[in-house]
Amino acid sequence: MGTTAPTVKDNRVKLLERAMSRQGYASHALIEVLHTAQELFGYLSVDLLKDVAKKLKLPPSRVLGVATFYNFFSLKPKAEHTALVCTGTACYVAGAKDLLEASEHRCKRALAKGETPKLTVQQARCIGSCGLAPAVVLDGGILPRVTKAELEKKLDDLGV
Amino acid sequence: MSVKTLTIDGKMMTGVEGDTVFTVAFHNQVQIPRLCHLGGVPDVGACRMCLVEVEGRSKLSASCMTTIEEGMVVRTDTEQLREYRKLLMELLLAEGNHVCSVCVSNGNCELQDLATHLGVDHVRVPYRHPRREVDLSHERFGLDQNRCIACTRCVRTCDEVEGAHVWDMAGRGEKLHLVADLGEPWGNSENCTKCGKCVQVCPTGALFTKGSAVGEMEKDRSFLKYIVYGRERHQWVKKP
Amino acid sequence: MTTTPDELGERAEKELDRQKTFRERLHCCTAAGCQSCGGDAVKAGLKQRVKDAGLEAQVEVVGTGCMGLCSKGPLVKRESDDALFLEVKPDDAQALVEASPSLSLESRRVDMKTHPFFAGQLRIVLANAGKVDPERVESYLAAGGYSALAQALTTMKPGDVVAEVTKAGLRGRGGAGYPTGVKWQLVAKQVNETKYVVCNADEGDPGAFMDRSVLEGDPHRVLEGMAIAGYAVGANHGYVYVRGEYALAISRLQTAIKQAEKEGILGARVLDTNFRFQVEIRIGAGAFVCGEETALLNSIEGKRGEPRPRPPYPPEQGLWQKPTLINNVETFANIAPIISRGSAWFSNIGTEKSKGTKVFAVAGKTKHSGLVEVAMGTPVRQIVTQMAGGIAGGGKVKAIQTGGPSGGCVPEHLLDVPVDYESLVAVGSMMGSGGMIVMDETTSMVEIARYFMEFCMDESCGKCVPCRTGTVQMHTLLQKFCDNEATEADLDLLKKLADLLRATSLCGLGQSAPNPVMTALRYFPHEFAACMKPAAKGVHS
Ligand SMILES: Cc1cc2nc3c(=O)[nH]c(=O)nc-3n(C[C@H](O)[C@H](O)[C@H](O)COP(=O)(O)O)c2cc1C
Ligand code: SF4
Ligand code: SF4
Ligand code: FES
Ligand code: FES
Repeated sequence: MGTTAPTVKDNRVKLLERAMSRQGYASHALIEVLHTAQELFGYLSVDLLKDVAKKLKLPPSRVLGVATFYNFFSLKPKAEHTALVCTGTACYVAGAKDLLEASEHRCKRALAKGETPKLTVQQARCIGSCGLAPAVVLDGGILPRVTKAELEKKLDDLGV
Repeated sequence: MSVKTLTIDGKMMTGVEGDTVFTVAFHNQVQIPRLCHLGGVPDVGACRMCLVEVEGRSKLSASCMTTIEEGMVVRTDTEQLREYRKLLMELLLAEGNHVCSVCVSNGNCELQDLATHLGVDHVRVPYRHPRREVDLSHERFGLDQNRCIACTRCVRTCDEVEGAHVWDMAGRGEKLHLVADLGEPWGNSENCTKCGKCVQVCPTGALFTKGSAVGEMEKDRSFLKYIVYGRERHQWVKKP
Repeated sequence: MTTTPDELGERAEKELDRQKTFRERLHCCTAAGCQSCGGDAVKAGLKQRVKDAGLEAQVEVVGTGCMGLCSKGPLVKRESDDALFLEVKPDDAQALVEASPSLSLESRRVDMKTHPFFAGQLRIVLANAGKVDPERVESYLAAGGYSALAQALTTMKPGDVVAEVTKAGLRGRGGAGYPTGVKWQLVAKQVNETKYVVCNADEGDPGAFMDRSVLEGDPHRVLEGMAIAGYAVGANHGYVYVRGEYALAISRLQTAIKQAEKEGILGARVLDTNFRFQVEIRIGAGAFVCGEETALLNSIEGKRGEPRPRPPYPPEQGLWQKPTLINNVETFANIAPIISRGSAWFSNIGTEKSKGTKVFAVAGKTKHSGLVEVAMGTPVRQIVTQMAGGIAGGGKVKAIQTGGPSGGCVPEHLLDVPVDYESLVAVGSMMGSGGMIVMDETTSMVEIARYFMEFCMDESCGKCVPCRTGTVQMHTLLQKFCDNEATEADLDLLKKLADLLRATSLCGLGQSAPNPVMTALRYFPHEFAACMKPAAKGVHS
């Protein structure tokens, strides 16, 4: 995900600045701006939050309060790969728990070996593909009606 | 401003339009239990201790946020309400780590007083024993998250009265917690003016003055009302 | 560009004429369900085939919204004979495009008029699904789109519109079933220069995807409903609050807004009249509680999505303290047909107190899953056994769950309950937004109760004490049941906490969090009893 120091005059800083100015630096645009920031930088670092607070003229604690309220925002960098396991009702009834455990096991295994996990496991409460339950979104691509074995294979292929 | 008459616990009372049930009751010596309400700052309706029955409404109403209406009939102390308040209190006591015997506010704590008043002699739900932080980085004050009940009095006071907005709530649900600025130690806060208002308004021993021994910390919560009313009425000398 | 009401009709004619020049039009579902099982590749394959065969002037490949049978996607519909093909693969392109015979394809063909999944449905909200290309406003115009808005602006006073919606008997589709006309009236009568119309597209119920399909398949219909609402209540600004997870719905909606602005259907002079109406999108960031209307308003204002105590209700003090109308996606999608076809037509459909249709997202252990739209009053059993084909593999239905984490279960012996607001509440569940999860004999109701409590615990905003701490305690107790460790005292405490949350929580999330547990206890007490420590058996519900 690279560096996130907003002082670095990289393109992302400019893009974020543009997003804020498009909103007229309005304080009510905070969530929009955080969406953009996370898209650009992958996660929301303390420096980024500070910058946003300053520009939108908001108390820093309010910015942190909002950033930590919503599941979408991550204050830590993500691993190389992400598995988003749907644990909505339809997927849960169809066995999402096993898929979640299988994915989380990969992280635990890496940690046990003293390595940094190459996989970030996230949960979503329904991604709206209930007709295809259980579903996992692996690096942005959806795996419909996926079995534990299929998922394990995909994860093996990614080397995580 | 029109005057309204209502009945609270069988007694006729009057207040002006815009007054809350809580305030009118308070001025008429009916003390409705409360934790998050604090005269002088906006209400949020979070602790649910002040719930009352209003005739004609199917749901209970938080009296701190319910404005009075002509002819309203309110009951503040029914068997049912007492039972709900008791269980709410037990839930609060089980949620954090409230070990009164080692707390600076022992004997001078709103949570403790209310628990006694509600007759809570044991807690029916299991204690959660969360692991929470203690922040002693500030030169004058301390924050013990173990005793925080998330009433947001400090947040509102710091924002509305002091204008510094050092505090806010972060996370949600069970992980809801108080943060200063961007989550750094309080002592590093650039916005904190060290006024100590948050410490005075905190109902528990969560915010305290450093150096106080067990049971030594006494808070003056009425000071806030005095500041706010003083500002409104241009009366800067506190009445004896 | 401006489009006058008269020009709308001309535009529609022109598009219809264009469509008639094709020998065949193939509608590919491009909604998220079909997309995720290869719908895009099918559409691309068909297009390529048309090009390769030089049939561009004869065959048109069109992307459309969700046709409903998501579990059998990707779906392609042939317009000439209304035949629907299931599980289409790019290999099928030749057979579809050149109408060459293919046994394999024929075996996956169903007739929408007779197939049990479609036969009992009545489509008002989903009428355009499978017909209209959500990415082309012309396609919507050709299906009569925006004519209701034109009709309202040119022939009706705002009060007439409110009256028509009231007479239709439409009730909110977001869950609670509040009469829509009454709500509009409340906003309309407020005296204020600034008012807002907000469309609630947060769809948080895990297991529901009706609103998503409507936005993906027919975004203009929602915009039209919002614009009519804006005219009726005197608002010039609208917001759609969409779940962040719904990337495709967001992009379709963005496209639709741009097109409508370009055509002069939204903007400073709507359809060349003095009515101004603009719509903006706000994207959620993953918080179920933001579906609650006051939390949603806080979120639009860029704050933590914590609910505000009501009263004041949003029609009086909503977004930035201004009068605000909040309705669900499906509610707005019903508006244009009501205006076009009249309140009498609409109020003839459904039951005495619940008018019109309801879209359900059926999923779980059934043979088919997907979207069905049925007239209010249709028995749940018909949806589960006939349309969804019962349990896959022939098992037995144990119960269904409607209303998600705020609803409850309906056991098999009560499946004849009709879908209407009051009947579902009477059996302990609720209409909810339309999620319907079907469970079979292998599903543990205790485990489902625990699952929903975990959901509420994770999604509680934490502002008020009963919900923040009570959901955690109730979840711990339910976990004890799942671990066969529970005692009679635990059961008692569970019920006490359920009552506390219902009575004292600040918002609907906490107030209704105990519902799934309470219905499970009511209908399946023996399952809870079986989970108790041997010494403590005997549940009295
Ligand atoms: C916890 C909670 C979640 C809700 N989620 C939604 C939702 O996802 N979509 C929705 O339309 N309404 C939801 N509602 C209902 C809304 O608060 C509101 O009643 C509705 O949007 C009004 O629209 P309607 O009158 O058209 O139904 C939710 C309510 C609660 C208490
Ligand atoms: S620190 Fe004290 S005043 Fe602040 S939220 Fe916690 S309990 Fe309330
Ligand atoms: S009931 Fe739950 S979600 Fe609603 S305000 Fe209270 S804590 Fe927040
Ligand atoms: S429950 Fe998984 S997609 Fe809806
Ligand atoms: S004092 Fe009213 S809710 Fe806390």
